[in-house]
Amino acid sequence: MSGLKAKHQRLVLIVIALVAILGAGLLAAWALRNQANYFYLPDQLVEAPPAPGQPVRLGGMVAQGSIRTLSDGVTVSFVVTDQEAARVPVQFSGILPDLFVEGSGVVAEGSLNRDGVFIADNLLAKHDENYVPRELQEISQHQAARMAEETTVGLE
Amino acid sequence: MIAELGLAALWLCAALAVLQLIGGALAQRRDTASGLAAMVRPAAMLQGLLAGLAFACLLWVFAVTDLSVKLVATNSHSLKPMLFKLSGAWGNHEGSMLLWVTVMALAGGLIAMVEKRLPEKTMQATLAAQGFVAIGFYAFLLISSNPFERLAVAAVEGQGLNPLLQDAGLAFHPPTLYFGYVGLSVAFSFAVGALLTRNVTPEFARVMRPWVLGAWVFLTLGITAGSYWAYYELGWGGWWFWDPVENASLMPWLAATALLHSVSVLAARDALRTWTIMLGVVAFSMSMLGTFLVRSGLLTSVHAFAVDPERGTFILFLLAIYIGGALLLFGLRAGHVREGERFQLTSREGALVFNNVMLSAILGIVLLGTLYPLLTEAFDVRVSVGPPYFNPVGAIFTIPMLLVMAVGPLLRWRRDSIERIKLPIAIVTSIIVSVAVLAALMGDIAVLPLLGLCVAIGLAVASFLPLRGRNLLRVPIATWGMVLAHFGIAVALFGMASDSAFTKERLAALQLGEEVTVGDWRVTLDGVDPVAGPNWTAMEAQVSAWRGSGAPILLLPQSRNFWAPPMQTSESALATQWDGQLYAVIGNRTEDGRWQLRVWWKPFVTFIWYGGLLIALGGALAAIGRVMADLKRRSVRARANSRRTERRAKGFA
Repeated sequence: MSGLKAKHQRLVLIVIALVAILGAGLLAAWALRNQANYFYLPDQLVEAPPAPGQPVRLGGMVAQGSIRTLSDGVTVSFVVTDQEAARVPVQFSGILPDLFVEGSGVVAEGSLNRDGVFIADNLLAKHDENYVPRELQEISQHQAARMAEETTVGLE
Repeated sequence: MIAELGLAALWLCAALAVLQLIGGALAQRRDTASGLAAMVRPAAMLQGLLAGLAFACLLWVFAVTDLSVKLVATNSHSLKPMLFKLSGAWGNHEGSMLLWVTVMALAGGLIAMVEKRLPEKTMQATLAAQGFVAIGFYAFLLISSNPFERLAVAAVEGQGLNPLLQDAGLAFHPPTLYFGYVGLSVAFSFAVGALLTRNVTPEFARVMRPWVLGAWVFLTLGITAGSYWAYYELGWGGWWFWDPVENASLMPWLAATALLHSVSVLAARDALRTWTIMLGVVAFSMSMLGTFLVRSGLLTSVHAFAVDPERGTFILFLLAIYIGGALLLFGLRAGHVREGERFQLTSREGALVFNNVMLSAILGIVLLGTLYPLLTEAFDVRVSVGPPYFNPVGAIFTIPMLLVMAVGPLLRWRRDSIERIKLPIAIVTSIIVSVAVLAALMGDIAVLPLLGLCVAIGLAVASFLPLRGRNLLRVPIATWGMVLAHFGIAVALFGMASDSAFTKERLAALQLGEEVTVGDWRVTLDGVDPVAGPNWTAMEAQVSAWRGSGAPILLLPQSRNFWAPPMQTSESALATQWDGQLYAVIGNRTEDGRWQLRVWWKPFVTFIWYGGLLIALGGALAAIGRVMADLKRRSVRARANSRRTERRAKGFA
């Protein structure tokens, strides 16, 4: 009798623990699937924009000639692009990362406002010359390949 | 010469670790102790000594800046201050791995020297496990990252150290975390030893407990210090970014917290035997995974300094062997561990089981969130997982856990009833509800900070309830430790909630002499001057801040330019008051000659780190209390034994 009961308690504990941990896992999986929309490239943001106010990350290149400082001295507006048609206007109020220049890669954290301007709360740019945000590493390689292709077109 | 001595010591250490493994393994096979088995303890002690020597050699080559050693040439600079030359020894990949094994070898030597409570076979199995883990790390060091490698031609000057790492606080941050990781490796070895020799007893739990407590204290300190460092050094005003490197230290902490509580149940009540072993394996796996995540560079991180995928593969391999091996052993042997004592759900054990399950769930959530970007990468989808995932999902499990933590210590072991602790539950509930109502009336506070505030205040009161009606002078030190640690959790939580609920921020471009307000502070930019340090130049702003009619406080935020390697950083300036911190960062100069200034007023933000310190202090008190109680028990037993022999001698006479 007591042996049965002992087994019983062990089993109950194991089941409770499993249920809780599985529950956590499922909850995490569900939340993460929603997060799959967290990182956007400029063309994705233009094609299927997230709801205004939804926090997302936008990664791309700072378009040449697009950085402007507004009159308050602390708000900067620029355009993030994938070097193609997609261009997303971005506004950022804050102190710019040290190596934030036109033509460099950037990851902006923030959300779209109702006018389609991306309001960035935070900019992740290169910390130093060796650091590139991981999300951007492949983009730049990709881009470099494409640009190389374009410049060699017609040379054959 | 010194470098070669260090390398030789390392090779000897590796050989001793092999001896330790073989000797310990043979001791399990035979009934009589073989000659090799007797060597296990001395081998562990000698290994500790030699690893210490190897690390001393590394410190020496860094102290004298021996530029013929590759590691010194790439990471140090003759102009660097002495403190940073020394901390440079472990501020890089090879050196930090050497520190890892050194601490592990020293810990192994220490248990070989002093631990006499467990059966000798269990000890030998434990030391064999310790040796087995060490072998992997020695192989890693000697094959793929030799810290003593020489250059064919000595460098003329070192390449410097990442200026972000040139900080006194950071000099002691990685070693603290490593002490924690290594303490968990000892707990792991004990778990493996106990599992191998089928000796999962309360005595085993008592032997393992100080190591778990110690590891937990160091991890707590490491995380607290790391968070404060990120807070003032990165200049973003945040103190936790759910960054992979931060998660890498949080996951072992969560596992260690669970282990710490289950080990207490095992020691006091002989229950939760298998679960404790399992947690021992998980906790160490998490520290290995942490090292792997930090060192492999597989994940994006704001703290990504030393990264090398090849080495990551090596650590991944080690990880697979150790975690896979330990889980296999667990699977094979767990069935042989006999069921422990039973208990009712409403009991101290029940509350601790709840705590353990919730902690495991949180651990799972953090683990999945940290690894998820890696998984999706395999399917060519780029994902970043950030606070919008971790905060709400984590809170779902954290809040119930904290609520049970408020009343759990009031429950009795084995069986109890909610009825008996009705009054304290009513008190805590009414505090939580009234704070919630007050805060909701005060204004617009988001849900999570609001919940955080009321749980924190309720918990702060509840954490002292276990002392109710007791003679304070006779409360055991370990109980004080628990009370302080739980109170520390409440304090830290209050700081976090207050920071996210009440922070005021102001960003402006100012002319010299211009004033802005933030919260109830008035802030003036008085001037901006160039200044120079040993290896940097900077623009330094003089900022005065007033509050009411008080005297002005001078803040000196800097924007620094380092030249080896070239890099720009912002040095924030902090003014600490009892009720919060004023935080200032100077930015760039605008085209029309104004300066960007960013100022935060963060009410009670400092409580986050005070809380962390309280938790660590509580853990340390608990460890001291337990060790002292053990020593006392030992001396009492020894005295009783000697009295008995005396009496027997008299009787025979």
